[in-house]
Amino acid sequence: MAPRTLFAKVWDAHVVREARGAPALLYVDLHLVHEVTSPQAFEGLRLAGRRLRRPDLTFATVDHNVPTGDRSLPIADPVAARQVEALRANARGYGVELHDLDSLDQGIVHVIGPEQGLTQPGMLIVCGDSHTSTHGAFGALAFGIGTSEVEHVLATQCLVQSRPHTMEVRFHGMPGAGVSAKDLILAVIGRIGTGGAAGHVIEYTGAAIRALSIEGRMTVCNMSIEAGARAGMVAPDETTFAYLRGRPRAPHSAEWDRAVGRWRALASDAGAQYDHVVELDAATVAPQVTWGTNPGMVGEITGRVPDPAVLPQEDRAAATRALQYMGLEPNTPLEGIPMDRVFIGSCTNARLEDLRSAAAVVRGRTVARTVRAMVVPGSQRVRAAAEAEGLDRVFQAAGFEWRNSGCSMCLGMNDDVLGPGERCAATSNRNFEGRQGRGGRTHLMSPAMAAAAAVTGHLVDVRTLGAD
Amino acid sequence: MQPFTVHTGRAVALLRDNVDTDQIIPKQFLKRIERTGFGDFLFHDWRRRPDGSADPDFELNRPGAAGASILLAGANFGCGSSREHAPWALVEFGFRAIIAPSFADIFFANCCQNGLLPVKLRAADVAELARRAEKPAWRLTIDLVTQRVLDRTGFERDFPLDHYRREMLLAGLDEIGVTLQEELRIAAYERRTASLRWGRAG
Ligand code: SF4
Repeated sequence: MAPRTLFAKVWDAHVVREARGAPALLYVDLHLVHEVTSPQAFEGLRLAGRRLRRPDLTFATVDHNVPTGDRSLPIADPVAARQVEALRANARGYGVELHDLDSLDQGIVHVIGPEQGLTQPGMLIVCGDSHTSTHGAFGALAFGIGTSEVEHVLATQCLVQSRPHTMEVRFHGMPGAGVSAKDLILAVIGRIGTGGAAGHVIEYTGAAIRALSIEGRMTVCNMSIEAGARAGMVAPDETTFAYLRGRPRAPHSAEWDRAVGRWRALASDAGAQYDHVVELDAATVAPQVTWGTNPGMVGEITGRVPDPAVLPQEDRAAATRALQYMGLEPNTPLEGIPMDRVFIGSCTNARLEDLRSAAAVVRGRTVARTVRAMVVPGSQRVRAAAEAEGLDRVFQAAGFEWRNSGCSMCLGMNDDVLGPGERCAATSNRNFEGRQGRGGRTHLMSPAMAAAAAVTGHLVDVRTLGAD
Repeated sequence: MQPFTVHTGRAVALLRDNVDTDQIIPKQFLKRIERTGFGDFLFHDWRRRPDGSADPDFELNRPGAAGASILLAGANFGCGSSREHAPWALVEFGFRAIIAPSFADIFFANCCQNGLLPVKLRAADVAELARRAEKPAWRLTIDLVTQRVLDRTGFERDFPLDHYRREMLLAGLDEIGVTLQEELRIAAYERRTASLRWGRAG
């Protein structure tokens, strides 16, 4: 057989039907569900009198619009409460396991899937959320889907997809100190643009990816969608297996050994061909920060806000509009731009490793008087683990708010929002106009960089601060 | 889903690249549990000023835009969040088709699920249509049967769409019903792979 990519191996293993010129019918191993994109799908199922084909492969949590403050109070927003209530009723009615607000297993859907060991190499995973790409960090093929497709998967356990192209993003060299997975992926998006990988599944390769923890790989795969990709993947290896071993939903004993044997075979074969290859030197990547209103509008912290006049013609209008929205003048050094808010959270960067790297910068320092800063752990288990290490005390002693888990200010569906004109250093994945609140201005960066911005009150190169 | 065969209507241009679904329907309007009720909030933060009044500068608020059923858009339209509320809002607002140089993948699929035809034309052609759309009496026709975009003054271009999606749209088919006809194959796949799959019992 001709050498195959990781993507091709996982795709081929899930084909129920594939005919030339038509999209394939693929079997879904794991369907993750949350409260915002599922109610209309369950409603459709009910109206058509259809059953949920595989409740045992369907798994739900509440994350997008849940409050991150006091969990003992009822949800204040009646419309959000209705949505959470709808998911509860649907989960009960259709026999779907739900990790509800009061559960230690509650959290952002893309954080808890891996945490539980539900996410495994070689799986085909879907969720009604674009950042489902996160799960590709394990060598799974994970697609974000729309609500009609959610309904389709509920009813058939299958997804209709046309076969994407493949793109290899290969890193040469190793990143320097203070440069994280977030910086690597922002550098990729800066290079290829927000539509640069449209129609493609990206496989990330190279020593810099191999050296990343599973958390770092999740950060990278998470933002594949911001480059327009359908999914992102990293071949599983010892790091992956070590992370999964012993997780509640991972295979165990003899089944574990058999599974690892299968997973080892998933790596792309030598000589496998990709439709496109992008190469980056990780050693030259500096900490990144966005200056505009999409994740491709990004630069090195040591640089300046670009001057639209010297950008290529086709980028000028968008850059001018972005700078106007962001309230930035061309050629302003990025370092020194003052921040009003700092948000450490989201499915991109709110796992334990992220909180550790932020805490290392914060320890022994205090949040600038002009800044309101918050940490929103990615799951209640992350929160508990961080508390066991005393990270909550580090953050709170410095003046951070320490919240319960959820999407929170990543999209501001609950009350964690920016006010008009407020400027925020955020570890999330989208800096679109109004994403964190109408008129709010978002700068994306790594947890360490966001922590550095919190303690200095402005954008700053974390490498010049030094962790304690 | 409403079938799409041939549609003739007015077009309005919103020629910005990378318009994301957060703009199309901001998150504060995603809390409904129905598929309806989103049209009023389409492009909310652009259409309305903070005091709630219409922003006269926004493309869709200009006098010629009223009643338009075809949206002329920039590259990578619909990027970002997978929220299907975006096509629901566009359809409810009155759009039947969007013409753009490129679409984000998930958004493209979501449009096809809702009878909202995504038409890919070159950027120069979209710009040309935007110029023609400035004439109040001008109408544009999109013919999915022949896969052509045309007007009465000589504009005529073919557009691509895969066979499967075209059939679905032409017939207004329920995709779930189509897939359920594959029951034997799905069940066979499940049997073949049962020992490999995670399950609550496993
Ligand atoms: S944290 Fe943000 S990006 Fe992630 S699932 Fe929640 S809303 Fe989406």
